[in-house]
Amino acid sequence: MGGAGSLLHREALREYQELTFLSKQEILLAYKRFSELLPKEQRDNACSRRVPKSRILTLPELRANPFQHRICRVFSTSEEGDDSMSFEDFLDMLSVFSDSATPDIKSHYAFRIFDFDEDGTLSRKDLEKLVNCLTGQGEEVSLSNAEMEQLIQNILEESDIDKDGTINLSEFQHVVSRSPDFVSSFKIVL
Amino acid sequence: MSGFGVAGELPAWGADGRSEMFFPEEAHAAAPADFLQELPSYRSVLRRRAGPGGGHDPQGSLGARAGEARGPQPEGAELDARPLREHALSIAEKRRLRDYQQANIKYLSGWNQWKRTSSKSWSKVLKDIKESLSYLQLWRHDIHSIEGKFGTGIQSYFSFLRFLVLLNFLIFILMFGFVTFPTVISKYGIFNSSFAKISPKNTDSLCTVYTPSGNKGLVYFYTYLKDLLTGTGFLETTSLFYGYYAIDAAVLRNVRYNFPLAYLLTTFAYLALSLVWIIKRSASGFKRSLVHDEDQFQSYCNKVFAGWDFCITDLNAARLKHRSLQYELQTDLEEERIKRKIADRTMKEKLRIYSLRIFLNIIVLAVLLGCFYSIYKATAFSQEKSNNGSNTDFQTNLLVQYLPSMVITLANFVAPQIFSILIRFEDYSPAFEIKLTLLRCVFVRLANIGVLLFSLWSQIHCDDDNCKACGYNYKLYPCWESAVGQEMYKLLIFDFMIILAVTLFMDFPRMLLVTHCSWKLVQWCGLQEFGISDNVLEIIYGQTICWIGTFFSPLLPAIATIKYFIIFYVKKISLIHTRKPPGRPIRASSSNFFFLVVLLIGLVLAFIPLGISIAHIPSSKACGPFRNFNTSWAVVPHTILGFPTGLQMVLNGIASEAFAVPFFMVVCLIMFYFIALAGAHKRVVEQLREQLVMESRDKLFLIRKITEAQKCT
Repeated sequence: MGGAGSLLHREALREYQELTFLSKQEILLAYKRFSELLPKEQRDNACSRRVPKSRILTLPELRANPFQHRICRVFSTSEEGDDSMSFEDFLDMLSVFSDSATPDIKSHYAFRIFDFDEDGTLSRKDLEKLVNCLTGQGEEVSLSNAEMEQLIQNILEESDIDKDGTINLSEFQHVVSRSPDFVSSFKIVL
Repeated sequence: MSGFGVAGELPAWGADGRSEMFFPEEAHAAAPADFLQELPSYRSVLRRRAGPGGGHDPQGSLGARAGEARGPQPEGAELDARPLREHALSIAEKRRLRDYQQANIKYLSGWNQWKRTSSKSWSKVLKDIKESLSYLQLWRHDIHSIEGKFGTGIQSYFSFLRFLVLLNFLIFILMFGFVTFPTVISKYGIFNSSFAKISPKNTDSLCTVYTPSGNKGLVYFYTYLKDLLTGTGFLETTSLFYGYYAIDAAVLRNVRYNFPLAYLLTTFAYLALSLVWIIKRSASGFKRSLVHDEDQFQSYCNKVFAGWDFCITDLNAARLKHRSLQYELQTDLEEERIKRKIADRTMKEKLRIYSLRIFLNIIVLAVLLGCFYSIYKATAFSQEKSNNGSNTDFQTNLLVQYLPSMVITLANFVAPQIFSILIRFEDYSPAFEIKLTLLRCVFVRLANIGVLLFSLWSQIHCDDDNCKACGYNYKLYPCWESAVGQEMYKLLIFDFMIILAVTLFMDFPRMLLVTHCSWKLVQWCGLQEFGISDNVLEIIYGQTICWIGTFFSPLLPAIATIKYFIIFYVKKISLIHTRKPPGRPIRASSSNFFFLVVLLIGLVLAFIPLGISIAHIPSSKACGPFRNFNTSWAVVPHTILGFPTGLQMVLNGIASEAFAVPFFMVVCLIMFYFIALAGAHKRVVEQLREQLVMESRDKLFLIRKITEAQKCT
């Protein structure tokens, strides 16, 4: 941890502490894990490097996650659209998923992660893809069509307040604020 | 644009008649799509997702472009409302926002500036304190790895264990600090202290004869073992049991420490501490489920949006989680279909079902009564035999002493099996079946302890001449509190031994059999499931014993702390190596709620025997701090009589009816007010919901009209 600390300037550390929900130890641990993803020769200035998506997905915290691709897409600020992540993107991700993040922030990013077609609302197709992610798409036929219909119907009934057939951000945040499990399940700690 | 594409889906959704048939134009999507993209609500979501070039837009306000038009000062004040990190932006955007805020700081008044900087430094200090405290947390790494492998549901069980270890440790510190420590230092004269022992007046000298048989002279080695296991012999004279604390006051340099009062108040203190801590811990869970009337834990949104544990790191665990989620969703959907079927039942079927349920409940009652009767008889037998003769050999003696514990454990094992068989015939929905079985098991376990105490009391109490002198059977039980303490001690030790024995002698052989033997039958049986509710009931049973027993045996919480400490590691090893995770997914929130509710029930049930012992049953005159009082509670009125007259009058007034009745009426009025308020709020929420639906329809209607108008021009 001492080696990583010397490579991350104190100024930068303080700034990250101010701009994210992570503690100093968590930021240093994140730096260590991030530099391990880079090839040896690039580890010196890890802060300015981008790690390709395939390497990010080897992290144990992400490799078992059915939303791994969406997470990389949402948090990546890469201009080429290849979903590579810089160290700051990585910190952003850990900050949102940390213990001390506010439920507001978590629900905002959860909405973006679940919005598969990125149109600003959760439509029926988004919900269908979401349920398939949850039940393990591709292993065996998960829910039958009738069951999926019934499930999406129930979800919309519970969360769609203005009854337009989609869930927008405020409706999502409202229904998730009443969900007691959300804060404890939407959490990644290194 | 799929923003408008949703309208194309409305027909299918509205087809069940819940909304009116409203078909906006689907085919001519070009013009309406433009309008929808220009709506302020849509643009605000877009801007938030646009990335580095998108500009900073906290929720609600219209964003930097509009803000600049309004001028820097109100903008700066508005953005200061939240700390930087709570904005949903990337780090680069937050940096830009921060620089913007710094540039605007000179537009703020001095008061605002000071407020902002002081709140920043204050939150930083709090954060540092929280960070350093989190390192002191026990088992942080173990629980984190369990969470990664098994999910938050099972992790909540281990967090609960940790909570119990801490609670018991605190109770031990309380009792040790206020009860044991003063007694020990005054008995041995450390720090120049002394103790005062007032000889009892107005009592028959027969009641005060108490000679605990601490082992004198040469005894066999196994006597020590027997004493260790049953709390008799040399253990009875130690500070473990009530009988040791026979002083009336401890005096240290002119400070007189009223020991009986301290003993009683410490008892109340540890009960109050447990109550407050449990309620505080369950506050967040209760708050949500009290405010909204839907069944929070069963809602589909909770299962889908909060269904995946993002902390799972193990691929196998992820596979299991997928399967269990699928199973749960399918079961819930099926249950909904069953509910609809139930609503369609005919009268004849209903009659049949209800009469079957009444019959099965009578069987449940019979099983319960059977358990209670056998415990009663076993306790009576055990007490008689151990009081009659000690000439029997070591093993028989031990067996007789542990008979009540064994019968209770057997009942706790057999009764739930019977209940889970019976409930299948009662034809409830699956979720309700689980709840009802759980409730019955909880009741069996906790009521068994009550029956044991009741049968002990019936041994101690009698109506004939034996008891007339002192109010209890002074010949057999000169120090009855120690006897009760010994019984609780035995229960605790036996419970601990059973948990260890089950893991060692049932789980490990089964695991070895399954891994090394390839017979079809063995593989089909497989490993035993890690049943959370069974494990939780086990430890809550132990905790209830500890709460009841601490009054009679002040060092019992220390034993309980060590017990739960070891059980944590035993259960962890058992989970990782010898058991498989449960098939039905466990949710952290409903688990936490369930654990704390059952713990609360245990605590309330512990109040009853303690209350009766303290206030109703005459305390023993031969030992203990309450020798000079009729009952243990009597020390409080006695102390109040020593207060100044004014204070006495106030206290008497509070305890009288003239105060209690108006107080009760005022509390009822306040409750009624809040209920009315909640009802009014609910009505307003309903009205707002309807208004929202209407607004949405208006919006789409207007768009349709505009596009029609555009087409015409």
